[in-house]
Amino acid sequence: MRRAARNPLLWVVLTLLSVVFVGPIAAMLLTSLKPTAEAQSADPGLLPGEITFRAYEVLFTSADNPVLRWFLNSMLAATAHALLVVLTASLAGYALARMDFPGKNLMFGVIISTMFVPGFIFLMPNFLTLDRLGWLDTLAAIVVPGAAGAFGVFFMRQFFLSLPKEFEESARIDGAGPFTTFFRIMLPNATPALVTLLVLSFLANWNDFIWPLYVLFNDARLTLPIGLSKLQGAYTIDYPVIMAGAVIASLPVLLLYVFVQRYVIDGVATSGVKG
Amino acid sequence: MARTRTPGRGGRTGSPLTPYLFLAPYLALFVAFVAFPAVYGLWISLHDWDYMMSSQRFLGLQNYTDLLDPASVVFRDFWNGMGNTLLFTVVSVPFLLVLPLLLALLLQQKFPGRTFFRAMFFAPYVLGVAVIGLMWRYLLDGNFGLVNAYLGTDISWTTSQPWAWVSLVGVTVWWTLGFNAVIFLAGLGDIPTEHYEAAALDGAGWWASFVHVTLPGLRPVMIFVVVITVLASANMFGQSYLITQGGPSQSTQTAIMVITDLGLSRYQMGAAAAQSYLLALFLAVVSIANFWLMRDKDAAEQAKALRAQRRRGGGADGHTPGSSDPQVPATPASLGTVR
Repeated sequence: MRRAARNPLLWVVLTLLSVVFVGPIAAMLLTSLKPTAEAQSADPGLLPGEITFRAYEVLFTSADNPVLRWFLNSMLAATAHALLVVLTASLAGYALARMDFPGKNLMFGVIISTMFVPGFIFLMPNFLTLDRLGWLDTLAAIVVPGAAGAFGVFFMRQFFLSLPKEFEESARIDGAGPFTTFFRIMLPNATPALVTLLVLSFLANWNDFIWPLYVLFNDARLTLPIGLSKLQGAYTIDYPVIMAGAVIASLPVLLLYVFVQRYVIDGVATSGVKG
Repeated sequence: MARTRTPGRGGRTGSPLTPYLFLAPYLALFVAFVAFPAVYGLWISLHDWDYMMSSQRFLGLQNYTDLLDPASVVFRDFWNGMGNTLLFTVVSVPFLLVLPLLLALLLQQKFPGRTFFRAMFFAPYVLGVAVIGLMWRYLLDGNFGLVNAYLGTDISWTTSQPWAWVSLVGVTVWWTLGFNAVIFLAGLGDIPTEHYEAAALDGAGWWASFVHVTLPGLRPVMIFVVVITVLASANMFGQSYLITQGGPSQSTQTAIMVITDLGLSRYQMGAAAAQSYLLALFLAVVSIANFWLMRDKDAAEQAKALRAQRRRGGGADGHTPGSSDPQVPATPASLGTVR
């Protein structure tokens, strides 16, 4: 640990930097509350001269752009995806961390090596797989394929490796089978890791852009990010409406971030250091 | 410490099949959406593949040879996209290494509020590319964007060069800098304090201890950050798609934009799959080169340290780098092997 910094310059620098990082987000929010003419004047200030919720009214009453529907689609998909990742990754991560079986190291090696395979090579073949499954233009297309990523398994394995062996030993003495041990003892003790993985998976799925852009087609099926990119085409000359859409897409993740900020950052930090 | 390993058979750990039951749900996903498509994609790339058609014509390697033939219809777009992606990667990666490292060094110091500042700098990263794309499309608008208003400039940030690239690199750095900074910060925290104390005893100043303690100590984390940042930059799609629409005149159209447009908008999937594999091959070479360049010195240093330790009759801490205790989570030093 370094000595506590007493240099006031540090604070000035960090505060200025914070403005650079958070300022644009604030500008997005404030612009969504401006009348169009004010937002698109030659000299737009940061603070709205007049506050109006017109942009939000336009969005929520537009028949062509069912923003509420997109919001629900995103919420459903991201929640289902995060639960699927946590369940499958914790089961697999546990087996790879705490059980011995032939082929374990090879299997782990193969799974982990795919973390460095760029995702775009899967675009074409997975599109065709979804077509054959009849999943194109459904929420399953958004929920399921992404759960095959290796990060969750890696992350949960690392966590289970760090738990003491005594958990399983005492469970065995009590006569618990492997599944009882896992669900009754190991999972409850893995809560911090589970929350981190749940939040990271939710964020990733909520924000996903390229995949839903190409596997969802009908207006009513879109997720929020894809709907937003459509808004950009529909309201090219009405920035407050587009900013309002961006605010609606940001609010859930920013709120989540405010409340579980530590989990998110620790999860990211772990991915690098223990990667 | 009685850390007996119970074999899968016998005892009450269940049947030898138990581990596979735990793995089955994930493996089903892995096989269906990672292992199978990795091979299936190659198969597709050998065909004139349009999923709207009932049968797909086998072409052999023609989709690949087309990419090397200046007379083919795909040649110009593909290499334009590759060139743009290379340019973006070469320009953005240095910023995404140096600035996060500087920020991490600032935040590494102990002072009240550091968690708050860390959270501020990381905040843009939790927003999706759709949000940051639309947000910056407005902020960078040439007529009524706040960027021009605050800078007192009159620049067409999204529709003229070199400003379109300046915008895309700037937005990407703003968006993802916090991510790399958090990883560097964790890496800095793992450098033993004694190393700094030893350097201070030797009379090393700030710069000397940065060069001789911080940088070598960060090397494993640095490899990881370099590799994932290069991969992420080479994957750039949403920023261009939303902020510049690939323009002006295709000058910011990235390789992924070319591939998805060809394969998933125009459904020439065979040609697009071939392009994606060629790009993946380039990236694999770059990643391996990164690992090799940075890992070589690492290994040499470890060997040197081991030799020194042996000379000292070492192993006193009982924790040699080679010990394969399954309880020890992977540390940065094992990064190269875990990958």
